[in-house]
Amino acid sequence: MATLRSSRVLLDHIADESPAAPVRVKEAKERGVPVVGTFCVFTPWELVRAIGGVSVSLCSTSEKPIAAAEAHLPRNLCPLIKASYGFALTDTCPYFHFCDIVIGETTCDGKKKMYEYLNRLRPVHVMQLPQTTEGETARALWRAETKRLKDVLESFYGRTITDDALREAIRLKNRERRVLNRFFAVARLDPSPLTGLEILAVSDYLKYSMASEEALSVVEELTAALEEERRLGKGREAEGRKRILITGCPLGKSLHKVIRAVEEQGGGAVVAFENCGNLKSSSDLVDESCPPMEAIADRYLRIPCSCMSPNPRRLEFLSRFCGEYAVDGVVDVILQACHTYSVESFSVREHLKALGIPYIAVETDYSQGDEGQLSTRMNAFLEMI
Amino acid sequence: MTTITAGVDIGSTGVKAVLFDGSILARSVLPTGWSPAETGERALADLLLERGLRRTDLARVTATGYGRKIFREADDIITEITCHAAGAFFLEPEARSVLDLGGQDSKAIALGGDGSVVDFLMNDKCAAGTGRFLTMTANLLEVDLRWFDALGEGETHLISSMCAVFAESEMVGLLASGVAKEALARGVLDSITSRSAGMLQRVAARGPVLFTGGLARCAPLRRMLERKTGLEFRSSEHSQTAGALGAAVLGAMKARVRRAIVV
Ligand code: SF4
Ligand code: SF4
Repeated sequence: MATLRSSRVLLDHIADESPAAPVRVKEAKERGVPVVGTFCVFTPWELVRAIGGVSVSLCSTSEKPIAAAEAHLPRNLCPLIKASYGFALTDTCPYFHFCDIVIGETTCDGKKKMYEYLNRLRPVHVMQLPQTTEGETARALWRAETKRLKDVLESFYGRTITDDALREAIRLKNRERRVLNRFFAVARLDPSPLTGLEILAVSDYLKYSMASEEALSVVEELTAALEEERRLGKGREAEGRKRILITGCPLGKSLHKVIRAVEEQGGGAVVAFENCGNLKSSSDLVDESCPPMEAIADRYLRIPCSCMSPNPRRLEFLSRFCGEYAVDGVVDVILQACHTYSVESFSVREHLKALGIPYIAVETDYSQGDEGQLSTRMNAFLEMI
Repeated sequence: MTTITAGVDIGSTGVKAVLFDGSILARSVLPTGWSPAETGERALADLLLERGLRRTDLARVTATGYGRKIFREADDIITEITCHAAGAFFLEPEARSVLDLGGQDSKAIALGGDGSVVDFLMNDKCAAGTGRFLTMTANLLEVDLRWFDALGEGETHLISSMCAVFAESEMVGLLASGVAKEALARGVLDSITSRSAGMLQRVAARGPVLFTGGLARCAPLRRMLERKTGLEFRSSEHSQTAGALGAAVLGAMKARVRRAIVV
């Protein structure tokens, strides 16, 4: 058996690859590959794949384009919505620049109204997402909307999506989810051999690598290397750090400040991310034994987003992950003006209290001016645990 | 042998230092100035000089406050939340929560039976609910801050704006329409009271509450808080140095644990 590269080498490799992601999208575009922009983990990835396309995330977490967006959007709106719109408006996001069509969903109010304006810049197809995951009506609506997306993609690109292509896409994405789940599970070791930022770097790497076999095997190798290094006692991590789970709004570069505040001075280790794109997305697979379109629709409708009412599965996920990852405390990251997550904060707090798990919510935006305040809050929280 | 420890609280406006040997040995307050780290060192050096002690006589030095990380002399760095709780518990062992209303920020802390932090909330982004709001009002009404302390009961004109900036223009309008200064001032205190009561409620605070920070001196505010929350509020002459004191107390606990391990 070939010897494994070390986890350090692999993590460096992953960090080096990230800047190349926009180039790959450009090359795909030039080869005539459909490039579909998405904002949210509700967009069925398998449909885009089945039409032979790549899906790129337009969800921005940079402060830069916000000022430009405020020419059209109100100030007291979630920064994720403003930044994403601002990038499109100023044409400074390579992913938006190269995408042919954008798929949105009627998630939160701010986002769905923003899509109306975004439609002026690029064709936007909005999927009508039910407001609840429960009941036959919701399921029928979402299945119909998934079918409608298929029709829209087929007529937009003049191609057909076959059942075989769907099945293939389902298998591929499920494989990616399993690879991610196994990687995330490495952080269950005590102490965790990973930092929170390393965990995010790996999930971002897969997000932008278009499910390439090469990227998947790099992550598998990394998982094996980390486990092997632990077995040999070659760990490089400090003991006694408090194990933290992060939940709440989608994360991105501008919110790394929260993770840094938790991990600075070796006080805490982020061992799990429940947020979109991480455990929330990877832990649920599409049922490969059912008819593909229905199986896809049902899997996506189960996503425990705060836009859904009620949203009991988020609490179930939290209980489960807190147990699996032996979590000492939960940090809820809430973007300013995000109503759904800030309203849910109370029920998350109550739920965790009943489980005896300390909880803190932090409200922040993409500016870097509150690093000192975050550091005080996070350190005080760690001292409290 | 008695153990002497020091706590240094490097805040944004003031540096407070305390020497502790089981009780408060000495304390000082200096304006932070342009170099927080140097002021912190000077505060500590002054106290040592005052008591005829050397740095080596100290079992531990603990830094807290917003400048805690830049203070090189420190053996331990602990946040102001944990230190404030420990200090409050030392001053008032019966206290089950702390309300700290300072010039720049405010915090509510729920205490466990041993003075540990059970839950906390901080507000340092919004001026309403902190001393800044009161300073602003004082400027507008052309009175000094002590004037509020002597405010008696009487008509209260409520301020509807939630934000200190909007409240200011609201007050200008109200003054112009003939509302009395005193009624307006009570309205401002009422608004600070509501915010603080909300914070206390969110951490499920129980009484007695140790009231600290610059606004703790304001007797009418304290009355309003008691009425609103139904909790008993206490204050202490040492409340301004509660953070530094708590840092020194926590340092003493650490020193004891370490000695126990060595022996
Ligand atoms: S939080 Fe909800 S709306 Fe936002 S990206 Fe995740 S699933 Fe979509
Ligand atoms: S973070 Fe909240 S407000 Fe912002 S897009 Fe997501 S659900 Fe909407």
